Amino acid sequence: MSSHEYTPKSKFGKWFNDRLPLLTLANHLTDYPTPKNLNYWWTFGGILTFCLITQIITGIVLGMHYIAHADLAFASVEHIMRDVNYGWLIRYVHANGASMFFLAVYIHIFRALYYGSYKSPREMIWIIGMLIYFLMMATAFLGYVLPWGQMSFWGATVITNLFSAIPLIGESITNWLWGGYSVDNPTLTRFFSLHYLFPFLILGLVILHIWALHVPGNNNPIGIDLKKPSKDTVPFHPYIVIKDLFALLIFLLVFAFFVFYSPNILGHSDNYIEANPLVTPAHIVPEWYLLPFYAILRSVPDKLLGVIAMFAAIFVLVILPWLDTSKVRSALFRPIYKQFYWFLVADVLILGYMGAMPAEGTYLLIARVATAYYFIHFLIILPMLGKKEKTLEVPLSLTEPVLGGSASTAMARDDLKLKSLG
Amino acid sequence: MINLLKFKIIIFLFLFSSISFAAEKSPPLLKQDWSFQSFFGKFDRGSLQRGYQVYTEVCSSCHSMQYLSYRNLAEKGGPEFSLEQAKAIASNFEVTDGPNSDGEMFQRPAKLSDKFVMPYSNIEEAKLSNGGAYPPDMTVLLKARKGGADYIYSVLLGYEDPPEGMKLDDGVYYNKYMYGQKIKMPKQLYEDLVTYADGTPATPEQMAKDVTTFMAWTAEPKLEERHKFGFRVIIYLVILTILVYFSMKKIWSRIETKV
Repeated sequence: MSSHEYTPKSKFGKWFNDRLPLLTLANHLTDYPTPKNLNYWWTFGGILTFCLITQIITGIVLGMHYIAHADLAFASVEHIMRDVNYGWLIRYVHANGASMFFLAVYIHIFRALYYGSYKSPREMIWIIGMLIYFLMMATAFLGYVLPWGQMSFWGATVITNLFSAIPLIGESITNWLWGGYSVDNPTLTRFFSLHYLFPFLILGLVILHIWALHVPGNNNPIGIDLKKPSKDTVPFHPYIVIKDLFALLIFLLVFAFFVFYSPNILGHSDNYIEANPLVTPAHIVPEWYLLPFYAILRSVPDKLLGVIAMFAAIFVLVILPWLDTSKVRSALFRPIYKQFYWFLVADVLILGYMGAMPAEGTYLLIARVATAYYFIHFLIILPMLGKKEKTLEVPLSLTEPVLGGSASTAMARDDLKLKSLG
Repeated sequence: MINLLKFKIIIFLFLFSSISFAAEKSPPLLKQDWSFQSFFGKFDRGSLQRGYQVYTEVCSSCHSMQYLSYRNLAEKGGPEFSLEQAKAIASNFEVTDGPNSDGEMFQRPAKLSDKFVMPYSNIEEAKLSNGGAYPPDMTVLLKARKGGADYIYSVLLGYEDPPEGMKLDDGVYYNKYMYGQKIKMPKQLYEDLVTYADGTPATPEQMAKDVTTFMAWTAEPKLEERHKFGFRVIIYLVILTILVYFSMKKIWSRIETKV
């Protein structure tokens, strides 16, 4: 239903809505026509919204008890774990929540890659999504520094040192980031401030992400444009709401298992040692969700080029809508792309594993091959594949297989092909 | 298609056959069946109380427990000493308080609200008394070591004569479970080092087990509460999930698509 047709029933509702059309917005959100063939991989958008809200709420409460000071931060976290009512719960939800957030976002991103959700006309949704992902990584990194354990301190030292690779001004930028000549109290206080700020930037971008989504509507597993509203769509409420809720509850079961039964398994034991600038840990490793990028960074022998490669790994994702030249969205109709898709999944997993291993010998060699393949996938395979690949026949609508092909549907299909080429 | 599959398999074989896992030098840790590790895991109350005794009589002369207060000893989910016992324990220690109305600091017996008294007044003093090594604070030490409880237990019992050809400096000891096999803490646990109030024979294994259990509690004082809470949360979620599943089926049955 197009939203401008909506008029509230009550007199007050009409008066209010004429001045601030919140009710029109609510009506649009409930009626929003959604493809009825969305599978469970599509439930992660809702799950991610839940994750963001959870992180913000638990984070605000933690902020009430946490002390951002180099001498007090570590002890204040222990104070939260011991003396604050349910402090242990709030902190473990927040810490494991970050991991769950990334688990969900990786599924969400790889779903988009499989079904071609980044392609026209959804490029803006994708680009905003990548900005969100980038900000998420920054926020998670900043947050990991706050408990002021050994990994916090040394992780912060390694990552901020990357900026010193920039020629001429690198050193000054690093000192500016630190607020001194090493990671110290000024670094911690500004990291806390930024860690508090970024989630709200993410929230703003999420609103834009959803807004941009509601312009063309959802992609779907078949990857074809659907008439909206039609027999192929269902209203968002109650159909998608209840399905998202069901998926969220399953997700929460996994979440609860981590929080209550292995709250520290995703963290590094060294972070329970208070930060000590005089003792370097044997292996400095970031949290698991940053490992693939860490592997790319370390697989390039030159520091500056390594930093460039790491940022390029994210940048190729941003420009992906123009790298993938295929007009067919869903991998269901792209037999060769489907193979390469799983190669990429394996490649990223291998990169993640290598990121956790010391950068030497065989590990380094594999990391280098995997890094090279990552870029080959996006910069060479995808542009060529779109031109060479013989795709399968794409149905016209979700109901078409039932109705069977007729002369008119064949014509319509040609018409669609022309449109998608143009 | 088939060629591509072959290519895929070859790549995988190439990748995984060449991974050489760096062999760990340390032997596998001594695994114990810890009462607190299972799904409904709780601390063994007797073991916690004995562990506290080992900590006070053996460890506490060098190792601090800076995040622990005496009141914690009487709290639920811990050693659960009675309030009187905890008060009596606290009063054995002297703390510096003040300034008083004369502007002077004074000594008084510790109260339940006081933090555990530290063995040294600062890190430098601790290092001086221990040949340059700083005995780490033990409150969260168990979580700060890979291997957790098994690691702590193993290190306490892992003292041996160094292998032939290994030269150890003065004040350095050989311990087969320690990272790098060298440790600056001498062997601590000898037969009948403490006399347990409950009559349990004080073997090194028993003392190691008790003090490790105690450290597991100091690192995770809310573990029992967490396990209990988690069980309720999971039951709640499972019931809600089932209800939502059937609601979903019902709602989607209005249209012919399966969910």
